[in-house]
Amino acid sequence: MTTASAIGAPARARRRGRGASAARKAGLGALGIVLFLAGWQLLAITRVLPPSSLPSATDTLATLGGMLQDLEFWRNVGRTMTAWAIGLAIATVLGVVLGGFVGLIPVLRRATHTTVEFLRPIPSVALIPLAILAFGIQLQAALVIIVFASFWQVFVQVLYGVADIDTVARDTARSYGLSGAERLRWLVLPTALPYLMTGLRLAASVALILAITAEMTIGNPGLGRVIFQAYNIGNITTVYAIVIVTGLLGLVVNLVFRFIERRALAWHQSVRGEEAL
Amino acid sequence: MTLYTSTVRRPPQRPNLWARMGSSILYAIGVPVLLLVIWGVWGTIAPAKFFPSPLTIAEAFVDTWIGPAFVTDVLPSLARLAAAIVLAVVIGIAAGTLIGLTRWLRELLEPLLEFFRAIPPPVLIPVFVALLGVTDQMKVIVIVFGSLWPVLLNTVEGVRSTDSVMTETARSFALTPTERLFSLVLPAASPRIMAGVRQTLSVALIMMVISEMFYSSSGLGFQVAYFQRNYLIAQMWSGIVLLGLIGVLLAVVFTIVERRVLRWYHGIKEVERA
Repeated sequence: MTTASAIGAPARARRRGRGASAARKAGLGALGIVLFLAGWQLLAITRVLPPSSLPSATDTLATLGGMLQDLEFWRNVGRTMTAWAIGLAIATVLGVVLGGFVGLIPVLRRATHTTVEFLRPIPSVALIPLAILAFGIQLQAALVIIVFASFWQVFVQVLYGVADIDTVARDTARSYGLSGAERLRWLVLPTALPYLMTGLRLAASVALILAITAEMTIGNPGLGRVIFQAYNIGNITTVYAIVIVTGLLGLVVNLVFRFIERRALAWHQSVRGEEAL
Repeated sequence: MTLYTSTVRRPPQRPNLWARMGSSILYAIGVPVLLLVIWGVWGTIAPAKFFPSPLTIAEAFVDTWIGPAFVTDVLPSLARLAAAIVLAVVIGIAAGTLIGLTRWLRELLEPLLEFFRAIPPPVLIPVFVALLGVTDQMKVIVIVFGSLWPVLLNTVEGVRSTDSVMTETARSFALTPTERLFSLVLPAASPRIMAGVRQTLSVALIMMVISEMFYSSSGLGFQVAYFQRNYLIAQMWSGIVLLGLIGVLLAVVFTIVERRVLRWYHGIKEVERA
């Protein structure tokens, strides 16, 4: 009992300390945002930059507020996120299957090394013209770009992941006579899962970037096209408002995937280690 | 355990040097050559409109890019890309170090930085065109602003997670702040910084291409889009190949630099793994 309270006391104190520092952090963070908006507003109303290139923060937020009540805006968010989700799903499935297959067979791994190293750095946007020619101004063209960009993130991580199997664990599994499927479930999957989660998180944000880029360059409907059209008709306030929306979408995608990563790896050292500290 | 197995295991019988080199070269170029051959044969048997054979593309590559176009379109693009990468890395490391070492600054800026990083970089192009007009500076600045975040945030993280024992040791040995910065903080953060630089490079290349596709009348991105709009298929493919080569070249240069900068780090990893 005494020992328990002796151990409990510093932990509680630490928790209280952590609460105070979290409050300070949130306060300072909020202050930072307010200062940024105030600086923006000041630059705009003093006309250091003309309103045709920098609308005021209040105008932009008002436009943003107006957009939030517009059904068409939400449809465009839906279109962008649909392209994102389909692209990410295809890239993940392809990445996991091919990455696992190539990673587990050493000959294949060695033979494809140069091909992978050559194809991976090709900027996906270089394929935009090709995608437009092959599919026209459609979702499929955007998907080509999204899948190409996010596939490599997943593929390479899975490739590293399945190769990272501990030799002792592998030999143990073999001497216990685990079947192929069992080894996949109890040996390969737990080893590769942290890598896969990293790949998935990176792929999710890359896919969003490319989904919006595709809409800007290819012209399939979505937020990217709205930005492009708003700029062309000189509606600069809408451009700023949508930039904020895309930033928020990116933030949500990051947070969601970080959350999924923590949940899926709750058993793993890297996550448990953080919580124990 | 490791000691035991390593003493028992005999070095495997090595085949002679030439055979080994031959097999590794075969492994390195086998699949790419096979793919090109399949593509070439396919292109001659069943010519598809948008997929010319590799030979046609190679011819177009020589015609299109070797010559005046190299000076008018390729070099300016590469110069902007190089300037932007240098600026992004320098600004990212400098600002990241400052923010990482100053707690209140970090807490003040963290949400903002997270937000700026989350903005898909290409949407900034219309914003910067509106702010600065279509100029060379704008094209460089938009690449810098889009690709700065990975290196900046990784530097913040890396600087923050300097080993506390080392920090205290440095303090007790009375290292000056400059010495501490250059012989402790930055080297300790360098693995993360380099991971950030790698991401910065690929974003910068993407931004270079996209920024030239809009409101531009020269440059690689413009040319590739122009070829596509005019159905110059082989030329368009040659542009894609050139962009791919630039990507590969950047990756190779990065790998060489990373090996040099992080030689000590990879050394430690090797020892830990053995």
